[in-house]
Amino acid sequence: MAETARRRRPFSIRRQPGFATVAALCFVILYLPITVLVVYSFNAGVSIAVWEGFSLRWYAHAWQNDAVQEASIRSLIIAASASVISTVVATMAALATTRTAPFRGATVVYAMINQPLMVPAIVTGVALLIVFSQIRVATGYYGLGYLIIAHTAFCIPFAYLPIRARLENMDLSLERAAADLYATPWLTFRRVTLPLMLPGIMAGAMLAFVISLDEVVITEFVKSSGQDTLPTYMLGQIRRAVSPEINAISTVFLAISVLIVTIFFFFSRRRP
Amino acid sequence: MAVARVHAPDAVENGASLRAAERVEVRRRWLMVSPALAILLFAALGPLVIMVVYSFLAPGPYGGVVWGFSTEAWFRVLYQRDIFDGTVSLADAHLSIFWRSVKLSLITTALALALGFPTAYFIATQPQRARGIWLFLVTIPFWTNLLIRTFAIQEVIRNEGLVNMLLIWTGVIATPIQMLYTDFAIMLGMLYVFLPLMVLPLYASMEKLDFRLVEAGYDLYANRFQVLRRIILPLVKPGIIAGSILVFIPSLGAYVTPRVLGGGKNLMIANLIELQFGQGRNWPLGAALSLTLLVIVTAALLVYVRVIARSGERLG
Amino acid sequence: MTWKTAAALIGIAAVAGVAPAAAEGELHIFNWGNYTNPELIEKFERAHDVEVTVTDYDSNDTALAKVRQGGHGFDIVVPSASYVPIWIEEGLLLESRPDQMENFKNVAERWVDVPFDEGRRYTVPWQWGTTGVAVNTSVYDGDPNTSAIFLDPPDELKGKVNVVPEMSDVMFMAVFYVGGDHKCTDDREILRKARDKLMEAKQHWLSMDYGTTDKLASGDYPASVNWNGSTFRARLENPDVVYGYPKEGYPIWMDNVAVLADARNPENAKLFQNFIMDPENAALISAFAKYGNGIEGSQEFMPEEMKNAPELDIPDELQNSGHFSTTCPPEVNELHTAIWTELQQ
Repeated sequence: MAETARRRRPFSIRRQPGFATVAALCFVILYLPITVLVVYSFNAGVSIAVWEGFSLRWYAHAWQNDAVQEASIRSLIIAASASVISTVVATMAALATTRTAPFRGATVVYAMINQPLMVPAIVTGVALLIVFSQIRVATGYYGLGYLIIAHTAFCIPFAYLPIRARLENMDLSLERAAADLYATPWLTFRRVTLPLMLPGIMAGAMLAFVISLDEVVITEFVKSSGQDTLPTYMLGQIRRAVSPEINAISTVFLAISVLIVTIFFFFSRRRP
Repeated sequence: MAVARVHAPDAVENGASLRAAERVEVRRRWLMVSPALAILLFAALGPLVIMVVYSFLAPGPYGGVVWGFSTEAWFRVLYQRDIFDGTVSLADAHLSIFWRSVKLSLITTALALALGFPTAYFIATQPQRARGIWLFLVTIPFWTNLLIRTFAIQEVIRNEGLVNMLLIWTGVIATPIQMLYTDFAIMLGMLYVFLPLMVLPLYASMEKLDFRLVEAGYDLYANRFQVLRRIILPLVKPGIIAGSILVFIPSLGAYVTPRVLGGGKNLMIANLIELQFGQGRNWPLGAALSLTLLVIVTAALLVYVRVIARSGERLG
Repeated sequence: MTWKTAAALIGIAAVAGVAPAAAEGELHIFNWGNYTNPELIEKFERAHDVEVTVTDYDSNDTALAKVRQGGHGFDIVVPSASYVPIWIEEGLLLESRPDQMENFKNVAERWVDVPFDEGRRYTVPWQWGTTGVAVNTSVYDGDPNTSAIFLDPPDELKGKVNVVPEMSDVMFMAVFYVGGDHKCTDDREILRKARDKLMEAKQHWLSMDYGTTDKLASGDYPASVNWNGSTFRARLENPDVVYGYPKEGYPIWMDNVAVLADARNPENAKLFQNFIMDPENAALISAFAKYGNGIEGSQEFMPEEMKNAPELDIPDELQNSGHFSTTCPPEVNELHTAIWTELQQ
């Protein structure tokens, strides 16, 4: 055909015209805004329009900002608690719902566990606002508990799915071997099943942690006075102020996310 | 745990004790799953039920509710009464917000597909070793906080932002083009935020593509376009649908992006809901609108599940 | 081994984090955004060994809605004068009797016996000011002293005006613009005209958001409905910004500090009310947000640039267009709210 006559390089069945260009464009689009954000966090000047030289002043500013510190610590506490609780609970749920003949209600349970993935965050957020404000008035408790339990709830499916996937791909023969060697079910679980599940559990915990750290919508509605997390603090600042300090905070946040993703990536690459 | 214990004895006794063992087993599983269910019931599912109740109450004067049955909230979702002469008409404002949400979500999905399809294809056709790096590069934006990505877009399209500064510097325009606080800004923001969600499922589908079929197509004198249309597209359809749903549904319920980029004037459904719990002072209406959004999203999900099931049957 | 210790550490951190703060006392302030001088807060914290948090809101309605829904955890709120009677009537405020506090003698005569809080039994003056329009003269250099800037925008400003989502101020200016002679007129014709005018003008608005100070300075908002102090701060960053007093009618308002009825730290809240009636502290408040305050004797502590600022000095010919923004009777308030809700959607 005319095509093959024109081309000098060998005909590749995989190539499609223009796709590589669009892919390149896509990557540029994905990275350009973030790059701009990061670059301007180092701008000595205030205005994004004028580059006034390299400076770390906005990082220093953000570091000394009490509100930022408090919000960051609060975010970390909530994420850590939610990730630990949801992983433990999800592990139990995964063990209960996999590798078994379907028992009555199994699909309902599965749907319930994954429900947070299907409901828009705004809907959950206002529903919790309604319920928690009543409970707050009734019990007088204003602590972090509401945020922690809200985060735990929507982290559960994120922890559950990797664990379940891991569990389903596990080889039963190792556990049967343990039983043959007269190991009790508990011992088998502790020494054989759990260690085999570990990559799935770690993946679930890390996923839950990052998801909780990033969450902003539900948190915005559930929080009470002075309970900003880093994302809700940033939301307020973005709408109101125009300062590179936000760029600095975003860059740090970004760096942490990238770090966790990189670790996660290498983690999952090592295991076959 | 399914560690079976086999005993030796005779058939009848074995049957009875196995059934009893089964019951114990099922009960144990329910026990194991109960903490997760309890948390979810309290902080995810239960509140939805309460919201249904709230949607049938009357709004309190400054927020909150008055405990009396009323269908006014549901009425207000679609209809309005003129303040001055009481005429009932369709709630234009609400309808335009619903329409804006659907329209922007569809455009975002279409653009994400247009950009994401070649990208996923490109990655899938790279040599095995390079693929990991490309995937990694796509995954990083995916893991970046949604808020940061929205903020990044704001910085790019602001009057003082990158695009305007470039255009002014090169002399193309004299005064900045107003891009922020428009529907365009919201769509751009959503596209930027959800693009990785399109690429990843598409890639997963394309990775499994059997290129021998493609080769067969070329052998039969098809040109590139025909191969794309008749062979590749149908084979990666599950990926296309998965990606589309993963972009469309969050776009429909988007809150942060329209809030930051919309300027409070271009509301999407989630912002309209928020308004009812703030200045709008109409909690029952907010509850009704939330449930409406939930129904729309669930319907979209069911459509997806149906299509996937059917296409799975055809290929299987 | 290592991840088990990590889990233990996380557990400890979680428990420690949920435990109450270590400061002697706490105070949770709910105030307008960008309105509280951090220096003032620090000074108060040191003077009374109290840990203060400041949460912000963007409009009177948002504040009322947030507190009304319960479980908010705030001690202090700063509503505008036109809303104070609503707060009092709803039983949301504590009768903290500022008139019996030590520093009460410093409150300026005209702000003592105010119609919205006779004898000052609930509230203490925070700041007062006017609402008008702010325009970036490099975009439009015509007369800024008119509500037409946002209700009938000139061509240069079409699609470039922001309107702050503060119902009482916007409704005030709209009612006067269409011919009303006082904010709380119950003339339905006037109100209908106001509603129609607002809905018609909305298509020419850029946005309905707050955060005007920074955005006027940066050029994100070429024009906006805005308060005088906020415009002053914008002008300090960007000299092109000018403040306009709408000649058709503009509101004069005062924001007041009140203690919430269900405050968990009422004693610290009362200390705060007393604290801000001191002239030096009042000057700190004004120096930050650039508004006038209601405390006698604070003038000498105020920064130089505030002495002759056009945003604080109402021109003679526009004096009569300004009226104090009062609370409207419930029926009128309901109509305003209905119009406003329709406008916001």
